[in-house]
Amino acid sequence: MSSLLSFPVVVSALELGFIYALVALALFLSYSILNIADLSTDGCFTLGCAVGAQVAIMGHPVLALFAAMAAGVCSGFIMASLQTKLGVEPILAGIIVNTGLYTVNLAVMGFSSNLSIFKNETIYSLFKDWLGSDWYRLVVSIIIVVIVCALLAWFLGTRMGLSIRATGDNEDMVKASSINPGFTVTVGLCISGSMTALSGCLIGHYQKTCDINLGTGMVTIALASLIIGETLVGKHSVFRRIVGVILGSCLYRFAIAIALRLHVPAECLKLVSAVIVAIAIASPYLKQQIAFQKRKLSSASSAKGGDGTC
Amino acid sequence: MLRLTNVRKVFNAGTVNEKVALDGVSLTVNDGEFATIIGSNGAGKSTLFNCIGGSFYVDEGSVFLDDRNITYIPEYKRAVEIGRLFQDPMKGTAPHMSIEENLALAYLRASKKTSVFSRITAREREMFRERLALLNMGLEDRLKQPVGLLSGGQRQALTLLMATLVPPKILLLDEHTAALDPATADKVIELTKKIVEENHLACLMITHNMHSALEMGNRTLMMDSGRIVLDISGEERDGLTVDGLLEKFSAGVGKELDNDRILFSKVE
Repeated sequence: MSSLLSFPVVVSALELGFIYALVALALFLSYSILNIADLSTDGCFTLGCAVGAQVAIMGHPVLALFAAMAAGVCSGFIMASLQTKLGVEPILAGIIVNTGLYTVNLAVMGFSSNLSIFKNETIYSLFKDWLGSDWYRLVVSIIIVVIVCALLAWFLGTRMGLSIRATGDNEDMVKASSINPGFTVTVGLCISGSMTALSGCLIGHYQKTCDINLGTGMVTIALASLIIGETLVGKHSVFRRIVGVILGSCLYRFAIAIALRLHVPAECLKLVSAVIVAIAIASPYLKQQIAFQKRKLSSASSAKGGDGTC
Repeated sequence: MLRLTNVRKVFNAGTVNEKVALDGVSLTVNDGEFATIIGSNGAGKSTLFNCIGGSFYVDEGSVFLDDRNITYIPEYKRAVEIGRLFQDPMKGTAPHMSIEENLALAYLRASKKTSVFSRITAREREMFRERLALLNMGLEDRLKQPVGLLSGGQRQALTLLMATLVPPKILLLDEHTAALDPATADKVIELTKKIVEENHLACLMITHNMHSALEMGNRTLMMDSGRIVLDISGEERDGLTVDGLLEKFSAGVGKELDNDRILFSKVE
């Protein structure tokens, strides 16, 4: 194992795990809680990266985080309006927004498909001298993610947060209890959009570049992290579920890191991701099936003389 | 006080399937009045509740709550003042949220003092515990458990508690014990009586049980073909038996009752 996971590999897997955990948290809100499959995640992630990179180039690396989040809120708001005001199916609304965002992202990047911020200060480089060159990226990522998690856990216990959770859980109840489901869905998707965009912004600052195709497949990766987390931690209190999402995101990054160490070519990484996602999603069902088959076999063997045919 | 004037609701208007669900219904329910509603399937009882609660808008006529016209107010806004329970115990609670979170939501949404960022305090949590203890179902020790683990009767009792945690102006009960076993149904009925009396609520209750229709509350309405055909209260109602009620129904509707069509249970 030690040959597979050297110290720098572990640190960089953790760094990425924490940054991508924000997208998984966004899906936790939109998919697990509101029960909406938000396919605009890919575009929203790139949007956050592009906006964050542009603002950093202008010389405001801290403001970049908030600008990216504001852009994410806009994306979420449009996605929600399509659903609640215009009656578009959630899946279609996501695809439409995602398609539109491609052009928006290009425009934000000044109609070039690449943006470099190597020469500019980033949120990470600001803290490099303080924290030492080994740890600064991990520490900054952890601090940001912990702040977001604390705010999210607090918010989900407020009246608004409880209303959002009830909207995804039982719409009949929500309608009969003075909550406007259109409003709660809008607020939920705006928050989820802001977290996705924040994650994109951090990745941009981390890699010091922004690419128009950065977000492709992001929804699958985030879903994998989310489901790994839920399979491990289960559906308990909100706080534990949030911790589970972060755990899932880090584990996913370790799986990818191991795949890379095993010399899986970089071009095959998307396939590896897809396989990991499929295994993660299928595992609860498979566990159930294996338990059932075991029970069937043991009852068949205990009933003597029964040869198993009908 | 709730007031309906000449409410009319037609489904599938202009087609062969046209169905007049409510045909000029006028009704006033005062505070502290507990009216039971009986009638065969398709008489318009649930449609009446949907019009009051705002699940759909009426075609003609108006709905007033405390002399405020709420005819075109959307459902979720009316729900602040109108508490509602359905036959299906699954409809009133969020299964993946804990008992405490369900109660917190019910309390925070209806209480006037809260903002969108309000959370429940320790004092309110203690209040939830006390109110749950009154249900006598042991739920006060299970605050952190998801509601999905409760039985239908427990969920319905919890829904009733949630709907009345902050007393509404009117409570609508749509056969809320029909899906429960007899013993649990009795318990929920007792709870209903107690909560309605303690809070002096205006209440409408749909039931198919003629016995509880007469025993509960202080007024009985009978519906048929989208109209209220019988409205009795006071002394006239006090002396009435189930057979007497059936006779009055025939007189009101002008047709004999046959058991196939009516589906009332005469027995307990």
